Amino acid sequence: MPESYPREIIEDLVDDNLEWNELHDMMSSFKDADRFQQVRDVLQERVEWDDPIVLPYADHLYVVAKSEDRWLIKCDCGHEFCEHDENWKADALINVRDSEEEYREIYPKDMHPHPEYMELREFFCPGCNTLLEVTNVMPGYPLVHEFEPDIETFYNDWIDEPIPTPEGQSA
Amino acid sequence: MHREKEAVREKKQHDEGIGWDGKTLREQLEAVEDQTEATDHYAGFEKLELKQDNPIQYEQMFSQLRGDLVSAREISKEVAATPIVEQEGELCYGLFTPEGDSIAVSTGILVHIHTMSETIKFMINHDYEESPGIEPGDVFVNNDTHVGDVHACDIMTLIPIFHDGEIVAWAGGVNHVIDTGAIGPGSMNVSQASRFGDGAMYTARKIGENLSLYNSWLKDYPDNTRTPDFLKLDERTRMTGCLMIRDAVNGMIDEYGVDQFKRLSREAIEDGRRGFENRIQKTMLPGTYRGVSFVDALYEGQNNLTREYADENHLMHAPSELHIREDGSFQVSFEGANKWGWHPYNCTPAAMQGGIWVMMTQTVIPNANVNDGAYYSCDFHLPEGSWANTQNTETAHAYAWHFLVSAWAPLWQHLSRGYFARGFREEINAGNANTSNWMQGGGIDQFDKLHAVNSFEVACEGTGARYVDDGEPHAAAIWNPEGDMGDAEVWERTEPLPFLGRAVKPNTGGAGRRRGGSGFESMRTVKDVSRWLLYNMGNGYMSSDSGLFGGYPASTGYILNAKDTDLKERFENGEDYPQHDMDPGSGDFESKIDGEVTRRPEAITTPEGFDDYDMYLNYLRGGSGLGDPLERDPEDVLSDIHDGYVLPQHAEDAYAVVVTKINDEAQHNSAVQGEFELDEEATERLRAEQLEERAEKAQPVSEWYEEECQRIHNEEDLIDDVKKTYESSMRMSKQFTEFYHEFWKLPDDFKFTLSEKAEKSLENRFKSGFKRKWDNHTKGHETWLNVGRDDEPQVPYTWSADRSIQQLPDSEATFETQPAGATTDDD
Repeated sequence: MPESYPREIIEDLVDDNLEWNELHDMMSSFKDADRFQQVRDVLQERVEWDDPIVLPYADHLYVVAKSEDRWLIKCDCGHEFCEHDENWKADALINVRDSEEEYREIYPKDMHPHPEYMELREFFCPGCNTLLEVTNVMPGYPLVHEFEPDIETFYNDWIDEPIPTPEGQSA
Repeated sequence: MHREKEAVREKKQHDEGIGWDGKTLREQLEAVEDQTEATDHYAGFEKLELKQDNPIQYEQMFSQLRGDLVSAREISKEVAATPIVEQEGELCYGLFTPEGDSIAVSTGILVHIHTMSETIKFMINHDYEESPGIEPGDVFVNNDTHVGDVHACDIMTLIPIFHDGEIVAWAGGVNHVIDTGAIGPGSMNVSQASRFGDGAMYTARKIGENLSLYNSWLKDYPDNTRTPDFLKLDERTRMTGCLMIRDAVNGMIDEYGVDQFKRLSREAIEDGRRGFENRIQKTMLPGTYRGVSFVDALYEGQNNLTREYADENHLMHAPSELHIREDGSFQVSFEGANKWGWHPYNCTPAAMQGGIWVMMTQTVIPNANVNDGAYYSCDFHLPEGSWANTQNTETAHAYAWHFLVSAWAPLWQHLSRGYFARGFREEINAGNANTSNWMQGGGIDQFDKLHAVNSFEVACEGTGARYVDDGEPHAAAIWNPEGDMGDAEVWERTEPLPFLGRAVKPNTGGAGRRRGGSGFESMRTVKDVSRWLLYNMGNGYMSSDSGLFGGYPASTGYILNAKDTDLKERFENGEDYPQHDMDPGSGDFESKIDGEVTRRPEAITTPEGFDDYDMYLNYLRGGSGLGDPLERDPEDVLSDIHDGYVLPQHAEDAYAVVVTKINDEAQHNSAVQGEFELDEEATERLRAEQLEERAEKAQPVSEWYEEECQRIHNEEDLIDDVKKTYESSMRMSKQFTEFYHEFWKLPDDFKFTLSEKAEKSLENRFKSGFKRKWDNHTKGHETWLNVGRDDEPQVPYTWSADRSIQQLPDSEATFETQPAGATTDDD
C-alpha cells in the first residue's frame, strides 16, 4: 500500500493512461492518503484558467475559488455556471428526449422507456456543448440538485488544510 | 448438548435469564441499546482493549471466524440440489451476538446480514425466551418479511449457541428457495395483491430442539411448496452451515476462553462502526447527495389478478437523499416515496436496510470487516406507509427486489460523486442494472412431477460503466456479487425449457464515454410438460438506473413469447429457427417462425399457459453508461459492434461514429453478423456536426423551465399514471409537496386532476391503515418510526367491498354492529 503514489501515476490516472493491471492494483490496495491533493494539483495544471480548484465536482466540472468566500461551479472549457451550492443545471442547455423517434436514436425498438412515463433530459455546457449529465425522470419532475458538498467541514475537519483562494492564501 | 441444557435449567431454577450475568435476553438487549446511545460507541465500548493490547490475537480470532463462515457457505452449498444455491451461491451465513447484532458474515447474499439480525431482535423483543423458550439445541426458522426478511422465498435458519448456561451467539443461514407455495409457481410470483398470495410464511418459528426437527415441522412445510425435495435439501444445507459455525465458536471458546470471545464479539462490531466512518472520511466528501429513481409495475389489463382493485398500473417513486455527516456517519432518506400498492414489490425496513449492505460491501467496505457496526453508523428515514416501509402486514412482498434494487440505484451515483471529488477515479461506477427479466413458472415437468422454476440466469447482468473502463459484460447481479449465469446444461436438468440460443445482447449497456456492461439473452423453448405456466418480470416502461456524467441509462425490457409455433416441424425438417433476438426491430425473429408471436414493450406478465415448442425470450439487463458518448474512442465503438455490444445502426446516432460494412459473412466474437471498418474522417466530421447540432437543438434551461411551469400548472401531456404517482407522494409527504409546489411555482392548494379510478385507488390504499408486526420496537427502529404521514389510522381493520376502513365509533362497538359491506376474503 503506497501512502502516496508517485506523481506520474496520478497523472496517468487523470489522463486515462493506466493499464488495467495498474488500476486493479489501485482498487485492491488501501487508499492513499494524499490522493485528493495530488489529483487536484494535476487537474490544476491541466486546465487553462487560473482559478484555484477547490474540488473536482463532476466530469468536466470543478468548484473553483473566486475569492476567499466565493466558490463557483466551472467547466474545464472556462464556462462559469453558478455558486457552488446552487444547481448548475439551471444554467445549462437542455434537450429532452420524450418521443419514440428520439429514443430510437439511442435504443433499439422496445428497449427504451415509454415517452409518456419517462423522459431523458440531456444537459449540455453552454460553453463547449459537452454532454454533462443525462437524467431519466417521470415527465413533470423537478430538476434534481445532485450534490451539495460541505467544503468547510471537508477542508477544516477532514483533511485539515486551508481552503484554496485566488491569492494562494488560506481562507 | 445435555450438559448445556442442564446449565440452562439450573439458571432458570435460580430465576436467572439466559443472558450474561443472569440477565434475560430482553434485559441484555435493552442494556446494549442504552450503552450504545449513552456513549455513541457500540455497547459502550469506548476502548477496544483486546484489539489494542493484543492486536495479533484479535485479528487471528476475527479472521478465523470469518474463514469459518465462508467455509460453512462453501461446503454447505454442496448439500443443496437447486442450481440457485449450488450454481449461483444464493446463500449466506452470519454470526450474531446474543442480542442479534452481526459480528461477522460469510460471502454471498449479504442483504441478510441485517434481516437475520432483525429476526433475532424480534424474538427477543417478543419474549421468545419465555415462550416458546430459547435453549441449547433449538432450531428456529423465519421467512416473514415483516419480522426480518426481503421476501418469503429467502428462508433463514437460526440456532442459539450456549456456553455454561449463557447464550453467547447465534448462528444463522439464509438461502433462496425455488418455490414457497405462492399462488403461482416459482419463488416470486407476481399476480397476488396481498400477503395471502406470497406463499407460506413462517414467523420466527421454533421448529426443533436438541438439534432435531419437530415431526410437526417435517410434516408441515414440504406440502407448502411445489418443490419439497429441493426445500428439504435447502434446509439441510442451512443446518449444515449453522452447525459448522456452532462448532467453530465452541472451538474458539475452548481455545481462547469465553470472556475473550465475548469481548471479541463486542469489539468487532465497534471496530466495524469505526472502520466504516473512518473509511467514509478517507474516501467521500461530507455533504448532501440527491437522486431519484423510478420503476414501473404495470397491471392494468393483466390476466389472473386475484382482486379487481389490483387491476391498475403502479410506478415506484424513490427520492434518494444521502447526507454524509461530519463524523462520517450516514443519514439516508426516502422522504417523498409514494404509497405501497396491491403488487408484490413492497419493501420492509429490514429489506431496505439490508439492501444498502449489498452495495456497501462492493464499494466502500470491500473487506472482511463487515458487520452491524456499519448499521450503527446509518440512520434510515423510511416513511411509514410508503412502499419502502408499509407497516401493514397485508401487503405483498414476494418480489420486493423489483423496487429495492431500483430504489437503491442512485446510491451508486452518490458514492461515485464522492469518489470523483476525492480523486478515487478507479472506484467510480455509473450505476447497476435493474436485474430482470425474471423467468419463473411451473407445472408438470419433464419427469411428470409437479415442479416450479426460477431462473437464476438473472444473477448475471451487465454492470455499470466505471470511470476508468467499460462496465463488465454479463458479470453479476448487484444482489449477488458472486453470481453468474450458470451452466445451460444444469438449468436444463431442472427446467423443461431447452436453450435454443444464448448470446450477448446488443445495446443493453447504456451509451457513454465508458459503455455500460452488456446483458445477455437466452432463447428458450418448452418441452415435455403439461399444465405449464410461465411469466415475465421486469422493468419495461422505465429505466430505474441512471447514467452518470453524461452517460445514458441502460435499456429497458420487453416481452417476446411465441405460442403454437412450427418449431417442431422446423427441427424435423432441418430448417432455420430463431436462436436470438439481437435487434427487436429487425423482424428477424418473426421471419424464422410461424406462430402466435407476442412482442410488447412492457415487461411483466402474470402466469399463463405454455405448451411444448412454445418460445420464451429471457433477456437480462445491462449497466448504465458514463460520460459523453461523443468522447468514446471510435475504435472502441467498432469493437463494440464486432463484440455484439452495439448494433451497427446505433454507431452514428448514439456515438457519432461512421462505420462501413465490408463483409456480410464474417463473424467476430458475437452473434452479430458482418465485418465493419471505421471511417475516421467521416467520424471526425460527424462529431463536429453533432456538437454544433446539440447547441442548435437544445434550449437554455431557464426557457425550458418557464414552459414546464406552465405545462405542470395546466397539467398538459401528463397521463393519469404519472399524476397518480405525484399525488400519492404528495399525500405521503408534506416536504415533497412543498418542494414540488415551490419548484414549479404552483399555488399551495394545487392538486393534480385524477380520473375516478385513480382517485379510488389512492383512497382505498390510504384508508387501509397500519397493521404492524412488531409490538415492541428496538431503538434502531426509532429513525423510521412515525416518519412520514401522521394521519394514518392505526386501528384494527376490516374492509367493505371498496376496501374502505371501518372506524369503530366507540370502545363498546364491534365490527359486527357496523353497517355490513360485502366483505371479501383474500387471495
